[in-house]
Order: sequence, then structure tokens, then C-alpha cells
Amino acid sequence: MNVHEYQAKGLLRSYGVAVPQGELATTPAEAEEVARRLDAGVVVVKAQVHAGGRGKAGGIKLAKSPAEAKRVASEILGMTLRSHQTGPEGRLVRKVYVEAGSEIARELYLAIVVDRQSEKLAVIASTEGGMEIEEVAAKSPEKIITVVVDAGASLPSYVVRRVGYGLGLGAAQVKQLEALLGGLFRLFVEKDASLAEINPLVVTKSAELLALDAKLNFDDNALYRHPDVAKLRDPDEEDPREREAKEIDLAYVGLEGEIGCMVNGAGLAMATLDMIQHCGGRPANFLDAGGGADKEKVKEAFKLILRDPSVRAILVNIFGGIVRCDLIAEGVVAAAAELAVEVPLVVRLQGTNAEQGRRILAESKLDITPADTLREAGERVVAAARRVRA
Amino acid sequence: MAILCGKDTRLVVQGMGRMGVFHARLSREYGTQVVAGVAPGKGGGEAEGIPLFDTVQRAVVETGANASVIFVPPPGAADAILEAADAGVSLAVCITEGIPVLDMVRARAALRGSPMRLVGPNCPGAVTPGECRIGIMPAQITRPGPVGVVSRSGTLTYEAVDQLSRLGIGQSTCLGIGGDPIIGTSFVDALALFEADPQTRAIVMIGEIGGSAEETAAEFIRAHVTKPVIAFIAGQNAPPGKRMGHAGAIIAGGKGRASDKIAALEAAGVAVARSPAEIGSTVDSRVPSLRS
Repeated sequence: MNVHEYQAKGLLRSYGVAVPQGELATTPAEAEEVARRLDAGVVVVKAQVHAGGRGKAGGIKLAKSPAEAKRVASEILGMTLRSHQTGPEGRLVRKVYVEAGSEIARELYLAIVVDRQSEKLAVIASTEGGMEIEEVAAKSPEKIITVVVDAGASLPSYVVRRVGYGLGLGAAQVKQLEALLGGLFRLFVEKDASLAEINPLVVTKSAELLALDAKLNFDDNALYRHPDVAKLRDPDEEDPREREAKEIDLAYVGLEGEIGCMVNGAGLAMATLDMIQHCGGRPANFLDAGGGADKEKVKEAFKLILRDPSVRAILVNIFGGIVRCDLIAEGVVAAAAELAVEVPLVVRLQGTNAEQGRRILAESKLDITPADTLREAGERVVAAARRVRA
Repeated sequence: MAILCGKDTRLVVQGMGRMGVFHARLSREYGTQVVAGVAPGKGGGEAEGIPLFDTVQRAVVETGANASVIFVPPPGAADAILEAADAGVSLAVCITEGIPVLDMVRARAALRGSPMRLVGPNCPGAVTPGECRIGIMPAQITRPGPVGVVSRSGTLTYEAVDQLSRLGIGQSTCLGIGGDPIIGTSFVDALALFEADPQTRAIVMIGEIGGSAEETAAEFIRAHVTKPVIAFIAGQNAPPGKRMGHAGAIIAGGKGRASDKIAALEAAGVAVARSPAEIGSTVDSRVPSLRS
């Protein structure tokens, strides 16, 4: 789960990480008020959306007075922010964070991630702050410091020294880094983060370390034990279909093609998308109905798929292990009848009770094209979608 | 011979809820020796004729269990893994999906130096055809034979196994290693086991987007695997930044793309099936003598 910058900074502050003073505003008048309260000379007005690249997209602006803060806030609030991370549809900006400006001497990069390779946490730092770390990794990997550590209760001091002196900080600043990185680490392990990134971490002209921007991701699987974090979820930032799918325990990802898919199991669902593409079609979605797919779930899945107006045909691909194909078939028949599905439907059932399932489909008198193998399923649904288009 | 499990496996089931009991029964019907169930507070009782114990340690002492399968819900699953190691079983297969990643990071750290092998979590388990079923796979689609199958997926494994069986190509062991970012048994571990297993003559490896386990496996294959390896990578058209069902299946920061994995495997001499419908036929054309 992602959170907004203002939420991330609130958490960081509570863990002793130095962040600039700032407050949230949802109207230009509020932004003006905050700017006045901050009394900082220069303030920064920052669009709050779950996407990077806000600066280049015009979502971050400086203001030299409260009146100017009001004016730039009025430009940012309500804008549709488009960056390389938002997709072409962009994100509507509903709130801004108004923050005291900082005099920057150096920009650094600092992050903690779960490292799959070592099965530990990795503290990553770089002198190239403000750039995306992937870009630094590609162009100048020697400028990245990586220290791998256990997910213990606190961060060992040597890690701070390796990172701090590695970044060229002086002893006084390394001392500051101890509090900052230590706090970031405790936040990470105590709240089950999956990514904590401070980019840039700045050294101000008065030699203070300050987290100028902050990004936190949290492990969805651990939200059950962090109600305070779960509360930070912003439904406005989520794809409505993905959100709805999550509520009924389906994994759904919207794509840009015209063939809707319903599959059981994530791997087979990904492979089904590959099959469709291999046969010359384009999938409209990824949908894993899960191991416990039953009649009700099949219906909900159909509703979700049909909500997408670009869907021209639907492929149901079920390999019954635990899931029984006869129950899936009943679900498909019920859903197709109840929801008056008008697009062509190709159904492939394999595994447990597949025979019974196929019989149920055949006897339903619904216009359902059966398929035996994965290849047949792919070819038939792509052909069906073409016929609809023609 | 096969890998990980067989006729001598004596299985204890941790987490005798609805799913645990159901699969304990299916495994026993398949011929697996299911010797114990663990249900704290219910020790001395039984479920489906399987004796219940309060702790894994008691179950091991009383029944000689040497392998465990874990169905414990996510909040207690990492603890259940450590309990299995403490009790001295040599294999624990964790089926549970949804364990917090940091729980697994800590469990893996605690297991360093332990002789117990962990498979999973978030995996379908293992089947040695005709001998032993641990987990939730539909064993009826398998048949005994010379191909080792290892996969990060569940149902896609069934698809691949089914394609092989329909061609008359049997399997030594079918193993799902799980779709989570942190797992006990990696592709490399499984490849090493299959390489050392005399029954296995070819290996099918099914990967997917996310992480770099396939790239690491490619390096290992180049240096250490003499048997033919056939692979498929799922998610060739997955968009970056989106989690495709499995917690570990995400292209992040330009890493974990299927195309990179396929290139690495092909460079190591692995035959990569172009579509998921061609896994069986790719095995068949690469190693023509496997049918029985």
C-alpha cells in the first residue's frame, strides 16, 4: 500500500526523522493560511498524489509569500497531473502539502528495501540525490552504497558509519544521520514497510540533514497488525476496479486490450495473458479468481470484467485442482444468464470434474464456445474478438 | 528416487482447520503416510482418523514424523515454520498465502544453519507421483517418470504437468516453490536436487516476472546442471509496477522483466517455451526419449 508524502512525513517525524515544517491544504485559502503560519519566507506547494515525477509535471511550485502560495495552490489543486508514473490518464490533484522552503547545499539519496536475494533488508544510499535510483544504478553504479542488514529491532551503528562516511559527510552530520537513519529503520521494521525512500535527503546550507521528499510503501499482508497504517489508505488514488476486486478478494489489474480474462491462480492468469498475446490478441485485464473460486465469485468477476467498455470477448480459463470445474461452470452459466453477457464467451475447463463442467456448459444452451487446450482457448477467443470488431 | 518426498515420508500437518484436514485426507488417499496433525489444545484427539497433538515436538516424538506441511493462517505461520525446525523434521512445506514479508525475513534468518529444508510459503507443495503428496496439488494429473518440475506458480504448474502427462511424459517430482518474495527453497536449490537425482533426466522450470531468481538459476545451470532444462516465464506482457496476483510477481525499478529472464536462460542453454501451450511439446522435442 502506498501513502501520500504528507502522511509519510508525519510518520517519519514521529520516528525522529528530520523533515521540513509543513501542513496539508485542500483549498487555496487554506494553503495561504498555512504559508502564513509557517512564516518561512519561501514555501513549497506540493501536489499530493501517489506518483513520482511531480516536479516536472508542474505539481510542485515555490511561493515567496502567502498570497503567492494561494495563487500556485489554485493552479495545482484540481489539475490532472501527468507524469511517467501516472499513465496517460493522469491523476486529479485533490490536496497540496505546503512546506517551509529549505536552502540546499547537497542532495543525497537514502532508502531501505527488502532485498530478495540476500533475504535481508538493504540500506541503499547515493550521492546522486534527486535522481531516480534506477538511473544512477544504470549510469554510475559506483555511486551507490548498499549495506545488507538483518530485520532486527534497531540498526547497527556501523551501518550508519558506512553510509555516512561513504556519502562524504562529516562527523557531526554522521551523528545526525544516526538519528535519521535509525528512525527510518525502526519505522520500517515496526510498521512492516516494504519500501522507505528519502529522495532527496538534503544537507542544508546550515549543515542540517533534512528529508525533503519521502515515499513509503507498506506490506499489504501486514496491514492487519497496523490499523494506524491501514487508516492512511486513500481510495481516491486507487483504480476503482482494482479496489473493488480487492474487497471481494479477487486480484485484478486493468490492461489496455479487448479480451477480458478470468483465470484461477496468478501464474496461470499471467500465462493466459501471454497466450492471448501470442495468438495476436490483447488482454483487457489480469484476473485471478483464486483457489477458492465459487459460483458467487465467478459472478462478481464477470461483473468486474464487463464494467470495462473495451471488452469484446471473454476467456474463462480454469485448471481445477482444488477448484471444481462443475461449480465454475454453474457460476459461468448463472452469471452469463443473469448479467445478459452479450460478448462472445470462450470457456476452457481442465482438471477436477472438467467433464461435468463441460456438460453443464453444453446443456445451458447459452452461446459459449468451449475449448480443450490452452492454445485452442487463446485462438478461439482472439478469433471471436476479431469477429465482433469486424 | 525422486526429490524431497517419497514412500518414507511421514507427514505431520500443522494447522488442522478446514483446509488442513481436507488436504490431509487427500494426501492419505493418495498413499502418503499422514501420521499426525497438530492442533494446540486438541492433543489426544483425532481428525479423520489422524491423531492430533498439541505441539509438533510431541507429534515427532510420538509418531516419528519427518516432514511437515503448514496450513496455519498468516499471523502464526512464520512461528509454525520455526516450530517445525525446532521439532527436528527435515522438511517443512508452507502452503499459507499472505505471510508478512518481514516475518519471513526474520524466519529465514532464524533458520540459517538449521538442517531443515523449507519449501514455500505461498506454494502448492510437492508431489512425487505414485508415492507421496504434500500440499494441495491435484496429484491425479501426475504420472511417474523422468522429468523434474519446479515452479513459482500453482495452477500453471498443473497446466505444465498435465501437458507432460498427456504426452506420456512422467515426472520424478513436481515442486511448487511459491510466489512470495522470500521463500525457503529457490530454483537453484531445486535444480541442484534434480541434478543429483538419478531418476530425473530432464528439468522443467516455470518462472515468472519479479525478482531475479530466474537469472540466478540461469547462472547456476550454466555452471552446474548437465541435464537438459526447459523453461517457461509467465508474465511476458505484464505492465511494470503492478503486482500480478503473487506478492513477488512485480516488475519494479526496471527489474524482473520476463524478457531479461528469458534472455538469461537462453544464454545458459535452456530451451524456453514461447507460449504456455508449448511447455510439454518443447520438452518432447528437446529430449525425445522421455515418453513411456
